[in-house]
Amino acid sequence: MEVEHQEIANFLVAYPPFSDLPQEALYKLASQVEVGYYRAGSGILEYGEQITYLYVIRSGAVELYRRSGELYNRISTGGIFGQRGLLMNRKVRFGAQSLEDTLVYCIPVGIFDEYCDVYEAFADYFEADDNARLKITVSEQADSNDLTTAKVRKLLLRDVVYVERNATVQQAAQVMAKEHVSSLLIYDPEKPVVEDPDEDDGQVVGLISDRDLRTKVVAEGLNYQTPVSEIMSTDLIIVDSNAYVFEAMMLMLRDNVHHLPVVHKRKPIGVVALSDILRYESQSSLLFVRGLMDQQSVEDLSSYAKQLPAIFTRMVNEDANSHMIGSAMSIIGKTFKHKLLELAEAKLGPPPIPYCFIALGSMARDEQLIVTDQDNALILDDSYQPAEHGTYFEKLAKFVCDGLANCGYKYCDGGIMASNPTWRLTYSQWLAQFEDWIENPRPEALLNSSIFFDLEGVWGETKWAEKLTAFISKKAKNTPKFLAAMAHNALRRTPPLGFFNGFVLEQDGEHRRSMNIKRRGTAPLSDLVRVHALGVGSKKQNSFERLEDIDEANILPKGKVLDLQAALEYIAIMRIRHQAWQIEQGEKPDNSLPPETLSDFEQRNLKEAFGVLDKAQSFLKFRYQNKSMMK
Amino acid sequence: MQGEIMSWPNRFQHLAKTSQDPRIQAFYQQGVVDPYQQLSQCEFVALDFETTGLDPNIDDIVSVGVVPFDLRRIRLAQAKHWLVKPTSPLAEESVVLHRITHSQVESAPDLQDILEEVFASLHGKVIVVHYQFVEKSFFNSALKARLGEGIEFPVIDTMEIEKSAINNARSWLDKLKRKPIPSVRLADCRKRYGLPYYQPHHALSDALATAELFQAQAQYYLGPSDMVKRWWS
Repeated sequence: MEVEHQEIANFLVAYPPFSDLPQEALYKLASQVEVGYYRAGSGILEYGEQITYLYVIRSGAVELYRRSGELYNRISTGGIFGQRGLLMNRKVRFGAQSLEDTLVYCIPVGIFDEYCDVYEAFADYFEADDNARLKITVSEQADSNDLTTAKVRKLLLRDVVYVERNATVQQAAQVMAKEHVSSLLIYDPEKPVVEDPDEDDGQVVGLISDRDLRTKVVAEGLNYQTPVSEIMSTDLIIVDSNAYVFEAMMLMLRDNVHHLPVVHKRKPIGVVALSDILRYESQSSLLFVRGLMDQQSVEDLSSYAKQLPAIFTRMVNEDANSHMIGSAMSIIGKTFKHKLLELAEAKLGPPPIPYCFIALGSMARDEQLIVTDQDNALILDDSYQPAEHGTYFEKLAKFVCDGLANCGYKYCDGGIMASNPTWRLTYSQWLAQFEDWIENPRPEALLNSSIFFDLEGVWGETKWAEKLTAFISKKAKNTPKFLAAMAHNALRRTPPLGFFNGFVLEQDGEHRRSMNIKRRGTAPLSDLVRVHALGVGSKKQNSFERLEDIDEANILPKGKVLDLQAALEYIAIMRIRHQAWQIEQGEKPDNSLPPETLSDFEQRNLKEAFGVLDKAQSFLKFRYQNKSMMK
Repeated sequence: MQGEIMSWPNRFQHLAKTSQDPRIQAFYQQGVVDPYQQLSQCEFVALDFETTGLDPNIDDIVSVGVVPFDLRRIRLAQAKHWLVKPTSPLAEESVVLHRITHSQVESAPDLQDILEEVFASLHGKVIVVHYQFVEKSFFNSALKARLGEGIEFPVIDTMEIEKSAINNARSWLDKLKRKPIPSVRLADCRKRYGLPYYQPHHALSDALATAELFQAQAQYYLGPSDMVKRWWS
């Protein structure tokens, strides 16, 4: 006797592929179902085990894992799992674990097979699904060849080729000919990387290319015995092996260089040439950077800048991750500065003394998004004389800051801008300033100035910025009091989670009942990551790269770095998507996220990400504050 | 009933000797599940009756649902459902509740005629119900009215499990303040375990709902190695 299982049939009929079954088939299926209950956190399927059911989630949520243990998918009510295993040799392909208390309906393999045979739509669903999965796999492979997700080190098809600085140009040319390379790194054997980890220059001191041989040697009739060090380019732009390909390409386009040495932990591992990259399809953001460099006036720049929101939304729609979007937006921002400084120098004449224009905060961290203040400053050469040079740099800074404002980068509310005389200091003054901040940390004073601890040289003597970073990382690491003060700051802003794990919403005039996902999410997370990064002496600026260093230093409990990476990525991408959505709706993008616009699933994930932040803050307190109190 | 049963196997042996009706006698002769068996080793059956009203002395059974399961899986393919013709008339209110109509029960068999089938589906299994009063007293009265003798059997009651779980979770302060005890109605119990809402008052879906609730309770409050007798009554 078959009895009508109304509850089950009523449920299944709402979800494909069951919705396409004839009624009697649906009832028959419902009568064959088995039901299982899994308390939150229990294992349902293990990779590789025999599978004899198709699983449908009746209530609750389930996480699926790849064999590697990496999360593959999260599904909730109505979600189906187990089909991959049923279709492929009846072994579980994705391990399954209940995320919440979960009730599953299990459809025995016999009836699954029968329905796949008899009902075309039913079979199509799983086959189509199979194809979709395949497409994902394929696109995953394609992605790894893609500019946006490939890392620079993927482009390095061969070992690095280099000669020492005393080699002659002829020897260099012979090596290039033999190795079939168009460029050569020059290293200084007197300057080994290991002995000098803080000075950062490492052993790569220069680079020569075909073009150097052509223009500087052959064309000039130079003696072939000339040491290669005399013709090499020394002002190298170096990329880390972790940089994305498109970042490298943007750098090359921006600075008009054709070869980029790649380093891994400051050790040279190869050179990427523009031609290596140009094989790849160009992306809108790359073309944007190139176009930006062609603009001839502030007016041109500011009208050109109007495309920026479209570039941003396009990257979001192309599923770029937050690191890529943050890097692209930062490089674009830096290119604006770069271009404005060129224009300023063309207008005001060449600078009377060397200087370096620095980006601060999110732009320095390569985490800039579309809604952003300009945070910048100037480092001046120690020969700076206010009476003599003051006016020039005042005008220069004003030109750049006004120009940025014209291009959509708002003035900084806190006045952290090169146009503010307080933030135009000589190199020695900056050094003293950072020393004072670190040695006499007053949490209130560091509150605003913590933005200075992420800095990057954009134009001019960018080495100075690197030296300051090196100084900070060395000094901060050994000053527990400072780390405690930074930790204190990092704990000011808590994630928006209340009792019973609900969102705590803010009631401000314009944005009623929403949460500020920057103030309560990405900002406290990057603050927290900065403290740990300084604590382990990392010189990285980007939060994800900092997390890699933190992971290597092994200071956090096992698995926490992964949690933090995932939380940061999730919160950042939610913020990014929110802004992209607003742009597409014709609204002004902001950081206020109303939770009701999120699906249950997004809410759950976001709560989980905030939970990670919350726990990490407790750990931060424990690690840095207790220690310093004991001193 | 006559106080707590000390030993169900002994009780069944005794009842097998004293009962008159051959069907009831056969039921007792099948014996009961070993009270010392572990829950994880048991076969269960969720049992639910729909009735014409709330008073077992006046009202009668109109449908019976049974759903067999173990702690891992509920097997719907072996679930059964019977409509039976009650001795008392169907009241309008109860029709509204369980939506079993007069014409449906008109053609339904009498409980006597399906008794053996019902007993067969209970055989060798631990009976699980939600609120044992209904199943125990209605079964007892219905058989007494038809066969002149009633019936006794042990059950695990998910409502009792829930009450004890709630009681353990309540602090002395809650008790002192006489904070109201949360509802132990089937649907409300299910909610606490994230179980979905099922339309109540259908013997089959109520039995399924009870089976699911018991699986959930087993994961939260019962030990898989607990002996049956610990939860029996």
